[in-house]
Amino acid sequence: MKLVTVSGPPSSGKTSVLLKLIGLLKQEGSASGVIKFDCLYANEPVLFEKLNVPVVVGLSGNLCPDHFFVSNIQEGVNWGLSQNLDYLFTESAGLCNRCSPHIRRILAICVIDNLMGIETPKKIGPMLRMADIVVITKSDIVSQAEREVFSFRVRQANPKAKVFFVNGITGQGVFQLARMIDNANDTVTVQDNHLRFSMPAALCSYCLGETAIGGDYQVGNLRKIDFHKNKPLSNTQP
Amino acid sequence: MDESVVLADIYKNEIGQLKHLFPEIIQYLVECGINLRGKENLNLEQVLENLSENLMQDRGLDRSILRDTINYLLEEKENSLKQEEVSSITIVGGTDKTGNLENMEIILKAGSVTGIVGPTGSGKSRLLADVEWLANGDTPTKRVVLVNGFPVNATFRFSMEQKLVAQLSQNMNFVMDATAGEFVRMHAESRFAQNSEQLSEEVIAMANELAGEQFSYNTPLTSLSGGQSRALMIADTALLSRSPIVLIDEIENAGIDRKKALGLLVKKGKIILLATHDPILALLAEKRMIIRNGGIVRVIETSETEKAFLSELEVFDNRMQNLRERLRAGECIDEI
Repeated sequence: MKLVTVSGPPSSGKTSVLLKLIGLLKQEGSASGVIKFDCLYANEPVLFEKLNVPVVVGLSGNLCPDHFFVSNIQEGVNWGLSQNLDYLFTESAGLCNRCSPHIRRILAICVIDNLMGIETPKKIGPMLRMADIVVITKSDIVSQAEREVFSFRVRQANPKAKVFFVNGITGQGVFQLARMIDNANDTVTVQDNHLRFSMPAALCSYCLGETAIGGDYQVGNLRKIDFHKNKPLSNTQP
Repeated sequence: MDESVVLADIYKNEIGQLKHLFPEIIQYLVECGINLRGKENLNLEQVLENLSENLMQDRGLDRSILRDTINYLLEEKENSLKQEEVSSITIVGGTDKTGNLENMEIILKAGSVTGIVGPTGSGKSRLLADVEWLANGDTPTKRVVLVNGFPVNATFRFSMEQKLVAQLSQNMNFVMDATAGEFVRMHAESRFAQNSEQLSEEVIAMANELAGEQFSYNTPLTSLSGGQSRALMIADTALLSRSPIVLIDEIENAGIDRKKALGLLVKKGKIILLATHDPILALLAEKRMIIRNGGIVRVIETSETEKAFLSELEVFDNRMQNLRERLRAGECIDEI
């Protein structure tokens, strides 16, 4: 079974791309399954079930969604194996832009779309920077020039990735994408494997349910903005 | 100079020098949140080595990502100087949806216009996808696409990364919040153009030649009319896009000089594929491919008779344009 992690900001087209991709793989005789990670709500299972694709939804609720992902992935792999899948796709949104579900030696796809604005590739962290494949969607509705500037910025964020333009509605480009995932590693377990990049740290009173505001209530891993210097994270001009 | 020497050397440059030599690298580092103030005398290698683990964790970075991007910027800058020459594309026929052989070879030369006609769903996008991907008998149509008469190797295929085909379609819009000039300049800079300011002035001037109504460097993109947007996209593709092939999916017939627009792309040596059912555009092409059931069934050369009709069609078209102008100017139409 080939495990592929698919990530990308909300509404970037992850599900549309996956539906087209899985549809094609099915035509070619391969069985796929999907684990959809989300926080509050996921309507996608219906769409996958229409294709007769086994799908499991994991809702993280009040937990950090990416920490939730990594605490469940090994069981996910076991589920995929029990379903006799050729491909197991995990789908998750990198909600704070600093998270990334990508795992070493496991094929990693990041889906982003042209409408997010050309500064977006700079704002997304390891989810984009450490992906093996970057899929750019919604290319059919923006100008050629914007597409070129956008893909340049994507390459700048992740020069090593293969970049594909896929139309999630017509499926154009999905054939080429399928040929890339043919080369993914076979996975029997992710036990003892590692994430490609650490997840953001969080362990403070607010993680544990505190709602009151003020210094007295803040305990744990905290950081303060220096409002006098007003230059957090040394974001200064040279 | 050997490429590896250049790559190795870039890290030996002091930050102060790099500011003039390669401002793109400096800008990238600053955007990554790396403070370069007072580090003018350190070289790039030293700056990277001195980065704190904390900063990199915060920013979701590590040194190898930084190095990869710096190397990429360097390569792109070098590539921008040596342009890949594509003088022709050959489409070697495969099969249609039912497996019938296309049995033909179509050569598309730089500076030529080829029409694509066929109903919706007939396989026009498949044909485009084959060209875009430089199909090598490995797509559902089994077509093979040759560049300059030869099959391409896998490395070239990936290095082109779909930069081969620029697309212009009716559905496309500008979504960016910038002025026309700022935007074109940004495009020029992403191509490492030396004189991006001057180039963007040229693009705007060219777009104004194609558009009926004038706009300036400072006009916001979002307030351009349909015709002006189309004109700007075409001028930008002609002067700034790296792609040797341009696929046009209809050009709206209002507010843009279509003949001049095609002429401009031809003059820039682009290989033009034109999906259209507009008689004027279709007859402007030297030949047109007829698509049916996923396959190319025929290639028709534009005949002398058809070309003769073209000038007649242009007369009709000019009369329509003229009427439009008169309505816009507030005139009453008492004769046409």
